[in-house]
Amino acid sequence: MPDLPVFRKTAPVLWLFKMAWRDSRKNRSRLLLFTSSIVLGIAALVAVYSFRDNLQRDINNQAKNLTGADLVVVSRKEMSKSMTARLDTLGDERAKELSFISMLYFIKGEGSRLMQVKALEGNYPFYGEIETTPLVAAKEFKTGRNALVDKTVMLQFGAKPGDSIKVGHLNFAISGFLDNAPGQTGVTALVTPIVYIPMKYLKETGLAQAGSRINYFYYYKFKSESALQHTIRTIQPALEKEGAEFETVASKKQSTGRSFQDLSRFLALSGFVALLLGCIGVGSAIHVYIREKLAAISTLRCLGVRAWEAFFIYLIQVTVIGFIGAVIGAVLGTGIQFLLPMALKDFLPVEFTMQVSWMAISQGIITGVLISVLFALPSLLGVRNISPLNAIRLSFEESKPAAAPLKWLVYIAIIIFVWGFAYLQMENWMQATAFTGSILIAVLVFYSLSGLLLWLVRKTLPARAAYIWRQGFSNLYRPNNQTLMLIVAIGLSTMLIATLYFVQGLLIGKVSLSSGKSQANMLIFDIQSDQRSAVNALTKKQHLPVMSEVAVITMRIDEINGKTAAQLALKDSLSSKPKPAEQENQQPRESSARAFKSELRASYREELTGAEQVTSGKWVGRAKPGETIYVSLDERYAERINVKVGDKIQFNVQGTLIPTVVGSLRKIDWVRAQTNFRILFPSGVLEEAPQFFVLMTKVPDARVSAAYQATVVRAFPNVSVIDMGLLLKVLDELLGKISFVIRFMASFSMITGWIVLISAVRSSKNQRLKEIVLLRTIGAKSTQILAITAIEYLFLGVLSAAAGILMAMGGSWALAVFSFGSVFTPPVLPVLILFTGVTLFVVITGMLGSRGALSHPPLEVLRKDS
Amino acid sequence: MESILKIKEVTKRYESAGTALTILDHISFAVEKGSTVAITGPSGSGKTTLLGLCAGLDSATSGSIELNNVTLDHLSEDQRAAVRNQHVGFIFQNFQLLPTLTAIENIMVPLELRGEKNIRPRAMDLLDKVGLSARADHYPVQLSGGEQQRVSLARAFSNTPAILFADEPTGNLDGETSEKVIKLLFDLNKEAGTTLIIVTHDLELASRTDRIIRLKGGVIIADEQKTYA
Repeated sequence: MPDLPVFRKTAPVLWLFKMAWRDSRKNRSRLLLFTSSIVLGIAALVAVYSFRDNLQRDINNQAKNLTGADLVVVSRKEMSKSMTARLDTLGDERAKELSFISMLYFIKGEGSRLMQVKALEGNYPFYGEIETTPLVAAKEFKTGRNALVDKTVMLQFGAKPGDSIKVGHLNFAISGFLDNAPGQTGVTALVTPIVYIPMKYLKETGLAQAGSRINYFYYYKFKSESALQHTIRTIQPALEKEGAEFETVASKKQSTGRSFQDLSRFLALSGFVALLLGCIGVGSAIHVYIREKLAAISTLRCLGVRAWEAFFIYLIQVTVIGFIGAVIGAVLGTGIQFLLPMALKDFLPVEFTMQVSWMAISQGIITGVLISVLFALPSLLGVRNISPLNAIRLSFEESKPAAAPLKWLVYIAIIIFVWGFAYLQMENWMQATAFTGSILIAVLVFYSLSGLLLWLVRKTLPARAAYIWRQGFSNLYRPNNQTLMLIVAIGLSTMLIATLYFVQGLLIGKVSLSSGKSQANMLIFDIQSDQRSAVNALTKKQHLPVMSEVAVITMRIDEINGKTAAQLALKDSLSSKPKPAEQENQQPRESSARAFKSELRASYREELTGAEQVTSGKWVGRAKPGETIYVSLDERYAERINVKVGDKIQFNVQGTLIPTVVGSLRKIDWVRAQTNFRILFPSGVLEEAPQFFVLMTKVPDARVSAAYQATVVRAFPNVSVIDMGLLLKVLDELLGKISFVIRFMASFSMITGWIVLISAVRSSKNQRLKEIVLLRTIGAKSTQILAITAIEYLFLGVLSAAAGILMAMGGSWALAVFSFGSVFTPPVLPVLILFTGVTLFVVITGMLGSRGALSHPPLEVLRKDS
Repeated sequence: MESILKIKEVTKRYESAGTALTILDHISFAVEKGSTVAITGPSGSGKTTLLGLCAGLDSATSGSIELNNVTLDHLSEDQRAAVRNQHVGFIFQNFQLLPTLTAIENIMVPLELRGEKNIRPRAMDLLDKVGLSARADHYPVQLSGGEQQRVSLARAFSNTPAILFADEPTGNLDGETSEKVIKLLFDLNKEAGTTLIIVTHDLELASRTDRIIRLKGGVIIADEQKTYA
């Protein structure tokens, strides 16, 4: 009796590797093309990880330059005399800065611009420097009535060192261009450009008056760390009492690191989307690859290869190509990290230095291998079910479906992997779940929409259509087609471009709308009571309408429901281990305590504006003498300080205590170019309080705007002007910078979609070749074959572009309606351009990819086939 | 003589579009060790299905199959794969050479699967016997149909199988090439003492075997044993 063969050992592991190697021989270029789908995704991840590592290192190394001092005390109001005296004794070296928003007037060019004025005293920064051109300007400007002006603003107004500017009532000579201030980024410079002046001239400018919104910065240098820590410990309670805050190098390091962690998360997740897209491509390509390997696998099975051995042969191939793809991606990503700082330069507060991050490279390679294997597994598992009977003829029975539980396990593993990756980035399981869910839903919706579009075309394509049209379309249904996957991959890329464009348009549109025809587009504020009628008259003299004039009163909250800030703080500290029932009340107490800290700007009037809507209580427009004063609060502000209708609030209006009751809460449309207030008093209470005014007008064009601003600022140097035109320009530039970063990351997904297309075209090349030869054999002309191929890709392009644009429109509409509360109207021309562009792009790629097939001599193919 | 293949009451049914299709209906026969058998019959008579079952490529709906004293009925697919590797050789109508392997590598695969060492000389020897030693490193696509089938023959004999199954071995070859391949097949078979089962339409080829089993509609309609004077 012969040995029972069932006891044969499994094939040697080395043989499996050898077979994987041999089997890949004729397909290596093709396998590499598959793997190229994941290259860009990995490259994006490695670039982002490397960028994150390098940035964190730079923040750690340069944190001192960000603060410019060992300790910074910040207050939004002038400190008490005792506190000021105390602050003047701290540290080994000290400096002071008063910062506020005001108009800057260029005398020579007669231009004006709203700037952040920084009045500086002392040798700040102690670390790093104020970067200027010429270099000496940073020091020289303190020696006289000089100023440093933001370089972009200087260029904008054609100003040069030596020119004069007017800040408030005083003229300053420009010492030089301000290239960079400590902690400043391109974006902050764009939003609030800086002008430095010496502190000693501040008083003469007339801008530091009671009611002016000034931020006070006290900078300190300490020779020893222990002295710094001791100072912090001793001064902290007093600072809290004053409502002031402090920052150290360590806390700056943390806060900067945190904000850039968010950026890295966003970038990493964008890269991951590109990787997922590539993996869908790899999964689909491997599916086709395995189907084409059917005969070889059946033969191997006939020769005695076990199901799992056959599976491992292809698993080895996929793992190796995944590894190669990941390594290429990691190398590319290490190179791309040099581009990322270029894309992000306007957001970086530190000088960026680059090093190869081996950790980032390892993470990228591991992710690449794992994810490519995971996405290939559903097809690879099918290898185990390929019957050897296929070697002698195709089985009557359909190949048994790959063991369903195993396949489902793989799908679950993919979802867990995506979730795990998102969790590692976000460190928040809710956000990770939301990200994974969104990806899943997006892919499912995309597949459904693509399927629906395909079905619709199939149903509506007339049976009498010319043969080439019918053949071109039916090619999308050839066996092992990847049509749906391609529509999803290209469509997703299209969606990214379209959504980006639509959202940018929505944001700009929203702000443009707020400065629409009937609304004001210029706002003059800080008008003192004695200037009110003169500004009003000047505006009218320029033939501009005075659309509104609103009084602004600075005040503080003194008590809420009879409790002062000190009482609330004390109560909190006494209530150790609160009972569960009490815990609920603790958070509101803390929130209420916060309400006492800041200085508030309130107004009074009888009527509400169109931007306000009472959501709770009743608006009382006029207070009668001796009766309760009912104020109205912005509902979000009321929630933050934990007060509701009926609560009592006592305000301190520059020394006078005014008890009030919350009469109503309002919902405010803050985006409207209008003066809105968190606290609104009725008429008849604050008319005699110290106040300044805000005037709103509408200028017809930029020329009138510049002339009006110059006239106003010349006549009333203390007032400030907000020009909606400038605001729109700044917003446009800001969005431009942000969208550049998003576009940069989205480009990984877009190029991945294109590579997936090339890969799919290559996958179907053999089959296409046979079809073409068959068509030629039965007499088709080259032009007809060319037309059929073009039509096939035309359908693919049209369907992909349509699916992508439709998805983008759906998303943008939802965003417009539910988030921005506006209407979304798709821009027709850009949509048409994008639609045509994507379609042409697909047709050209498809035609180029098929050109080999189109030019092959039929006999060569027939011989090969036999 | 000892039987190497015993088929008892074998039935094979398929479900196709909701209808049960009986391809083989209670087939029984046995094949003696070292003999040559041809299974013939018109298209759709069940020849290839019978070959698949005999070689352990598929399992029967009912009945029993014993191959070289191993009962295949309850073996798993992987166990049947081991049986094939150990005892069975195959020759296919469309050659089924692995396209990514050279001629010599194709021949070596069954031996490598067994984990055998120093197999290249043996494979070369076989390749020499089929007259293709000069084409050892050529890929299937670089070989003609006849050459591919000769490589296929060499591969079939490489693991010294107890039984060789050939499915229309000349179906894709021209007359002259067919003749050469068939001669080679019978010569190698004689030399190795292997049992040979051929499925064929070709009556001339069938006539060269010791026994012809004729199938029609899934049943054996004739079982003709050649008698030698």
